[in-house]
Amino acid sequence: MSKFKKKSGGGVPELNMSSMSDIVFMFLFFFMSVTTMKEVNMKVVVNLPHATELTKLEKKSLVTFIYIGQPTRENRARMGSETRIQLNDKYAEVDDIQDYIAQEKGSMKEEDQPYMQVSLKIDENTQMGIVNDVKQALRKAYALKINYSSRMRETTAN
Amino acid sequence: MGTVKKLPQPNTSSTADIAFLLLIFFLLTTTMDTDSGITRKLPPPVDEDVEQKVEERNTLVVLVSYDNRIMCKGREIELWELKDIAKEFIDNPANDPKLPKKVPVTIDFFGEVEITKPHVISLQNDRATKYWRYMDVQNELIAAYNELREELSQKTFGKTYADLDEARQKAVAAYYPQKISEAEPKTYN
Repeated sequence: MSKFKKKSGGGVPELNMSSMSDIVFMFLFFFMSVTTMKEVNMKVVVNLPHATELTKLEKKSLVTFIYIGQPTRENRARMGSETRIQLNDKYAEVDDIQDYIAQEKGSMKEEDQPYMQVSLKIDENTQMGIVNDVKQALRKAYALKINYSSRMRETTAN
Repeated sequence: MGTVKKLPQPNTSSTADIAFLLLIFFLLTTTMDTDSGITRKLPPPVDEDVEQKVEERNTLVVLVSYDNRIMCKGREIELWELKDIAKEFIDNPANDPKLPKKVPVTIDFFGEVEITKPHVISLQNDRATKYWRYMDVQNELIAAYNELREELSQKTFGKTYADLDEARQKAVAAYYPQKISEAEPKTYN
């Protein structure tokens, strides 16, 4: 009457691990797509100017961004088409920059603070008036290292 | 002999480890689009505008008007002319009395040399100047400095500036110190 054969060994059966790699691959693709999209919600349109003498921004943690340009189409009904400044995810005025810089500086490590850099992403058709106002505000906030963000020009013809 | 021999299943548990490795690699290496641009240093704030006395021969005024035209040395110039004007001004190879004064300075690797240390390029613009024009001009001025440094590096060390070690790069940079003053805006008509 030995209908039920006793399993040999009697231990826990081994788990099939082949699906685990699939799950991890799914994670992999998820992170790959997410990390490239991570950026601020752009509320202004920024078409960067072209230049040839570029330097790369080295340490991302030391860089603060300021965007200047016309509001995006969705926001244009509310904000008009006047050139605006964007700090983080909000529209701002020139007077807000000093507070913003101070706040960003405060969130950095103390030994990093002197190396703080401000990247100015400014639309190429912006008038210099607003750019100069921003520059004066940055001087007052002691954020003296700035970087005019621009794209590489392919052809060197002027 | 009639029994079908079962093939042994390959051990797949390591694929998960490989995938994890890839995952960590991508997590560390993916950066948001690399940012590059023209790096400048602003002067520290001053209480009141103290007009620094600079001799006329030591300054090169580059003016960008509201309609994006460039004025330099009392005449209107094209963008492509600017680099050569700036290079001649910074270097002053012929020791022209109209171009910046040369002063003796001691620099590592070069010894005592005469350079145009007191020169200043003053970049002035109107409030209505377009940003792209301003960037064009900045770009040309920085290109002038970079070309001079490159030439000097080739002449003295026989290598490109980017290939020099840090101390030599510093010395070459000290030979042609970058002095671009971004003045406060004025309204011209």
